[in-house]
Amino acid sequence: MERRLPGLAASSGLAFGPAVTFRAVGELRRAKGSVATEKQALADAVAAALQAVTALAGSLEGEAADIVGFQVALLEDDALTESAYAAIDRGMPADMAWRQAMAEEIAGYDISEDLYFRARSADLADICDRVLRQLFDLPELAGAPPGAVILAQDLPPSAFLGIDWSRGGGIVLGSGSPSSHVAMLARGRSVPMVVGIGSEWEAVSGTVIVDGVAGLVLTGPSQESIARAQRQASELGRLRDQAEARKSQPALTKDGTRIAVMVNVAGLADVAALPPEACDGIGLTRTEFLVEQSLRDETAQFGAYAGLLRWAAGRPVTIRTLDAGGDKPIAGYTLAGEANPFLGLRGIRLSLRHPEIFRVQLRALARAAAIGPLKIMLPMVTTAHELEQTRALLDAVLVDLAAEGMPHAMPALGIMVEVPAAAMAVARFDAAFYSIGSNDLTQYATAAARDGLEVASYADVLHPGVLAMIAHVARHGAKTGREVSLCGDAGGEPRAIAALLRAGIRTVSVSPGLLALAKDAIRGVDLSAPDEAA
Amino acid sequence: MNDASTEGSERMIGMQEVTASALLTNKVGLHARPSVKLTQLAKRFASRIEVATSAAGPWTDAKSPVKIMRVKASQGEVLHFKASGADATAAITALVDIVTRKFDEE
Repeated sequence: MERRLPGLAASSGLAFGPAVTFRAVGELRRAKGSVATEKQALADAVAAALQAVTALAGSLEGEAADIVGFQVALLEDDALTESAYAAIDRGMPADMAWRQAMAEEIAGYDISEDLYFRARSADLADICDRVLRQLFDLPELAGAPPGAVILAQDLPPSAFLGIDWSRGGGIVLGSGSPSSHVAMLARGRSVPMVVGIGSEWEAVSGTVIVDGVAGLVLTGPSQESIARAQRQASELGRLRDQAEARKSQPALTKDGTRIAVMVNVAGLADVAALPPEACDGIGLTRTEFLVEQSLRDETAQFGAYAGLLRWAAGRPVTIRTLDAGGDKPIAGYTLAGEANPFLGLRGIRLSLRHPEIFRVQLRALARAAAIGPLKIMLPMVTTAHELEQTRALLDAVLVDLAAEGMPHAMPALGIMVEVPAAAMAVARFDAAFYSIGSNDLTQYATAAARDGLEVASYADVLHPGVLAMIAHVARHGAKTGREVSLCGDAGGEPRAIAALLRAGIRTVSVSPGLLALAKDAIRGVDLSAPDEAA
Repeated sequence: MNDASTEGSERMIGMQEVTASALLTNKVGLHARPSVKLTQLAKRFASRIEVATSAAGPWTDAKSPVKIMRVKASQGEVLHFKASGADATAAITALVDIVTRKFDEE
């Protein structure tokens, strides 16, 4: 019986394949066996988890490989399991003994005064979960057949990284949000993804069609639906191939207006497969994942920024300062338990509260600016004072670097426009450039949370009120000769591109996976023709 | 030769205990990656090797990443090493060296 499950499109494209469900360990409990049985069960589970992370570590590079490598080292160490075995000896079942031992270990990190050590509790939690999965015989996703459709309530990014996506496949989530980290990863690798279908995912088996264009999941599809999905997938594939073939050519609208298309990245790995000539530079670098690992490590940050500038080979590289908070907490840095974190202490607000940590990032950025054209972009700016405070910190950093004889240069200092009040008052901000963060601007302007499934349809960048703000910023940029770009998801959405260009946007920055399609969508726009929608 | 210097006597092979200390200057302290590097290096030696943040202890097995991480030594702390075994001198030299080199990370 064919069933249609509506959800939200989180990553475009069509996938069909065998359903593989990924269940969270949750409150599962084990029936207790003898002490010897329980010890053996734990030993087997740890050995299997170790084997899985060792295999994963071998397939990763950079920061991801380091994180998994650390998990390997801990799982190899008998000291990790000592107290769990002692608890089993006292009569506890293996799962409870392991949970308790790891909870103590994690608590030890949580109380540390050092941010680095506190942040490690996430690794311990991941290890704890991996071993429990083995104990309860819950399958590891790394073993999913090629082309499988993964169904889960939510998917940790590490689970996504463990799957081989080279032979297709898709993702369906019960909860989740199109703006989650895993959705970004999916878009980056062109893995079709639908989120927010509710608890229905638990009962799905057999062949599943994921329609990441319409935001729809089909279970038990008829022959007809399968044939249609295949046709659509091959048509999408054809369009994608066509777009890919012209990826390195500039993006000109039908009337000949040149639009700059840049890419959004979190690190060098995101553009490893992309020739720099294919884009006009990097329009957004998210530094959260990098900086979380190296809050006080100027050298590590400098190395990462320098790598991007070298890759870009003279093209501009825009790096956003730490945008923690909101849906991106960093243990020990962001405020815990904020009632409404999206309206709370996040982005530049938080950086200015931690000048000693902010200074490390500014130093690394100013040093990297000596290598090529680097632009610093401040997130969540609300008042001109925040921009000026940052400028003062940056000036002080430049003086220090000069005194130390350290190579450096003055980066361009610009702001993200994502707070409606800042968008309307854009003329008050003496910034070198403006970049519209369309996801947050839309969420704040429409009063509809970007991760709220029930209100997602309100959060539409094409709302005339949102477009009016974008046009206002674009006009100010054109009048004062300062670049205005748009680095949110809307820039890579074919249905939104025409409206954004008509609003005056001439530079967009999109996920590398969407670069080719975004350029093709731009080529289909005729700015000299009257706007049909108007 | 068997005096109180930091280096034990070569004639006491298998018995010698060698101690030394080094200042932890890398910014992240004995964080994930440095602690894995330290334990991997320690495991190359047959000697029993222990580490502490105070000369009076408590001492921790330098070959256990889990135990090393529990120490949570941060920048500015002094790491004390103690090794006993046939290759204790070489082990201590190598460990002090990697701490001084900031674990080759900075």
